[in-house]
Amino acid sequence: MNFYRALLHLYPASFRGEYRDELCRLFAERRQRTSGFVAVAALCLETIIDTLVSAARVHLDILRQDLRYTVRSLAHARGFAVTAVLVTALGIGANTAVFSLTDQVFIRPLPYHDADRLVMIWEQVPGYSRLEASPPNYLDWRRMSTSFETMGAVVNQQANMVGGTEPRRLIGANVSAEVLAMLGAQPSIGRTFVRGDDELNAARTVILSDALWRSEFGARPDILGARVRLDEIEHVVIGVMPPAFSFPSRETQIWRPLLLSPDNGDEDRDNNYLHVLARLKPGATLGSARAEMEVLTERLERAYPTENAETRATVHLLRDQVPSQARMLMYALGGASACFLLIACTNLASLLLARVLKRRKELAMRTAMGAGRERLVRQLLTESLVLSVAGGALGIVFAIIAVPLLALLVPPSLPIADATALDTRVLLFAALLTAVTGIAFGVVPAVRVASDRDLSGLREGSRGGSGGRTERLRALLVAAEVAISVVLLISAGLLIRALWRVQTTDPGFRTERVIAIQTPLSQTKYGVTARRVDLYSRILQDVRALPGVDSAAYISFIPMSMRGGIWPVKVKGTAQIPEELGDQRAASLRYVTPGFFRTMQIPLHAGRDISESDTLEANAVAVVSQSFAKRYFPGVDPIGQRFEFAFMERTVVGLVGDIRVRGLERESEPQVYLSYRQVGDGNIMFYLPKELVVRASADPVTLVPAVRSIIRKADPDMPISLVRTLDEVVAADSASRTIQLRVLGVFAGLSLLLAGIGLHGLLSFAVSQRVPEISLRMALGARAGDVLRLVLRQGLVLAAIGAVVGMTLAYAAGRWMEALLAGVKPGDLITFAAAAGIAVLMTVSGSLIPALRAVRVDPATVLRAE
Amino acid sequence: MAFSQSEIAELLPLPPATFHILIALADEDRHGYAIIQDVAARTNGATQLSAGTLYRSIQRMQEQGLIVETRERPAPDDDDERRRYYRITPFGSAVARAEARRLAEMVRLARASGIIPERA
Repeated sequence: MNFYRALLHLYPASFRGEYRDELCRLFAERRQRTSGFVAVAALCLETIIDTLVSAARVHLDILRQDLRYTVRSLAHARGFAVTAVLVTALGIGANTAVFSLTDQVFIRPLPYHDADRLVMIWEQVPGYSRLEASPPNYLDWRRMSTSFETMGAVVNQQANMVGGTEPRRLIGANVSAEVLAMLGAQPSIGRTFVRGDDELNAARTVILSDALWRSEFGARPDILGARVRLDEIEHVVIGVMPPAFSFPSRETQIWRPLLLSPDNGDEDRDNNYLHVLARLKPGATLGSARAEMEVLTERLERAYPTENAETRATVHLLRDQVPSQARMLMYALGGASACFLLIACTNLASLLLARVLKRRKELAMRTAMGAGRERLVRQLLTESLVLSVAGGALGIVFAIIAVPLLALLVPPSLPIADATALDTRVLLFAALLTAVTGIAFGVVPAVRVASDRDLSGLREGSRGGSGGRTERLRALLVAAEVAISVVLLISAGLLIRALWRVQTTDPGFRTERVIAIQTPLSQTKYGVTARRVDLYSRILQDVRALPGVDSAAYISFIPMSMRGGIWPVKVKGTAQIPEELGDQRAASLRYVTPGFFRTMQIPLHAGRDISESDTLEANAVAVVSQSFAKRYFPGVDPIGQRFEFAFMERTVVGLVGDIRVRGLERESEPQVYLSYRQVGDGNIMFYLPKELVVRASADPVTLVPAVRSIIRKADPDMPISLVRTLDEVVAADSASRTIQLRVLGVFAGLSLLLAGIGLHGLLSFAVSQRVPEISLRMALGARAGDVLRLVLRQGLVLAAIGAVVGMTLAYAAGRWMEALLAGVKPGDLITFAAAAGIAVLMTVSGSLIPALRAVRVDPATVLRAE
Repeated sequence: MAFSQSEIAELLPLPPATFHILIALADEDRHGYAIIQDVAARTNGATQLSAGTLYRSIQRMQEQGLIVETRERPAPDDDDERRRYYRITPFGSAVARAEARRLAEMVRLARASGIIPERA
């Protein structure tokens, strides 16, 4: 019998209370008439099944009733329903979108085979924690190490493809033969590279990305064996990768074997340009691999004391290559959206609470008519679940809209799918969030009802009950909302300040009316310096002759496009290098044509520009930046000084202003500009000038068609890969900042709005509860101003408490994201003051309508009614 | 007593258990166990209402106004003080009749189509 009594707990309490005795009696009667072990067992089994099935049905019956009732009652409170659904939708939508992104970037394993054992190995020298490896060091690591199953190298290398309708610039990667296999990549057609493909005398081969195969080759099934001209060299297509494969970047279109050759400086241990990828052996750990690399690099230092001085290696999981800024951004987004959900939920709870208070009479009536407390709680929970499910569904729609926008925040080098679609995991997350929101915040008002001893709604004189405890709870919720929105507001404010600071940074050149056109020169065709010089002079001559062109020049890389290109500097003679600078003897290398400084309006402080007479036969010259002169020739006139750089001794002939090569936010190395004519055939090909900069007297974009036709005339096979104004280049430098700011700003704005709504709701309710008191005060001579102050004070106290808590939290948040702040202090006074001001403004505007309503109370009417 | 057709139609078709309970209560008030026995007897044991099905149906039928719990007791000798007795309401009778008509119509249709033989 006890067994059956326990089983009855599957029924809702109301049903159990009504029919328990009857059910027990029926069971007892059947049990009496049954004998024998088998028969009793069968009876028990049958009873269990019957109870399970009918209990589920009874629950469903109630749910159906509650749903019907909910829909009816919400139809009567449309404003409430719409607000609640919208609030929930915003919260769930934001979190779902952020989750789908974080999931892709951090949680999911990388889309490679056994990705947890893939590592990257970097050189480490004083001043650089992660430096690309030089080919000889890479080859030595590969030969000497035992911690890795395989090791390979990758270098990003673009290529010109001709033969199609227009010459095209392709984004590519050169990989050593083992790399694709190491990643576990299977081609969809053909094969990947095998050992031998990366030997110098092997036939040149190429693998295409799925996107390129479709766009340029019409998805030809007979693509294998096709010949493609890349940088003037015929390559045989040996495979096509599947659409989902991306490495090293989502933009990579072709893969070619990495060829290491002495002609390319690949025997130089200071020629750091390889990304080294390896797979840990089973049993090897990151720690053991690091220890081995430490010992190994010490041995290499002893063998090559000059080139490998203080050179070590560091091993990191491929997964951890997410740039720390991107990581922090993700955390910030996650934090902001969680804060936002919290506010949304708080508002929902507050709305539901207010609604319960309004409905006390109705609830009391239902209790009086026999509805158990359990049924009331259930009904309220159903109501909040209905609201949150509707909110969740709408939230998913919001998320679908938001994800592509948020995906812009993810750097393309991260191996995530381009279309970050909402999938089952994400939908599951949204559903979970919805359920938690609905239950957690439906429980608050439900518990209030359940703990309300006598549901005094029906008692004489009750005005729907002001419930001191309930009001305190709501006040707490509102203060929490203010605190959270202050946190978001200050975080966004700090980022705005950081953005301003970045954007007002002087890049060292004038961006307006300059256009930069990238014309990647084929290294094969233009390996001979004289041919290159001829090409530049033909193009520059025609461009300079165009009406509206002030000046034009060529450079290896425009600032902020390529950030590296740093070469060691050796100064002979007596010039003393300060001890603390001894580790940083490096400068950025760029080749330029005459007129570059004039075009960029980089000030020439002393000496002269590079000139057409600076040829290989003449003295090797250099124009250096002020920081270069200050560092290497302190206290002396730099003009005429000599230093060793890029394989030659150079003489300083000009001194120019510093520019921000590495972007507005980072310190840049000193700059050295060399003459485009002073380079041997086939030498330092990576640096051959390929960016044409043109300063116009009016809008430079109008010049583009004319410049294009000049370039086409000079070499019909040369593609134009990128056309940007310098303004765009500089804006792009702070683009990710602008986006992250916008996202955080939207969160902060919406939170503020929600907090305002919450405050307004609370105060309106409080005022409506206090109408008789206010009337009495006014009847006794209180003036409108007193009443106004009374109501406003309540709002302001809450806001003040919230703001103080919020500021403390915001300071902690600011300290934590200091790296994103570009030097703005986490306790920035202006930001804090502004946030506090906005919070006060929001409080006042949230309180104003209820306060005015209180003032407009007509004491006579109210007191008569009492 | 007249009931609106729409009120009745809303409940049709009746779940079999509901129909059986209405029939069992048509001639006299009964308690739960008696309903189960009556239904079994009428159907020659083919339909055995389980306790769960019975009381879930009873709860719904009370809410729908098809039956009520009665305080009057039948003849004292078969009265069990602790038992709860149920009685069909006029609305319950009307619904049962409507359901019976509906079923009869279905049978007529089946006969007309020849799927079952005409009555002899």
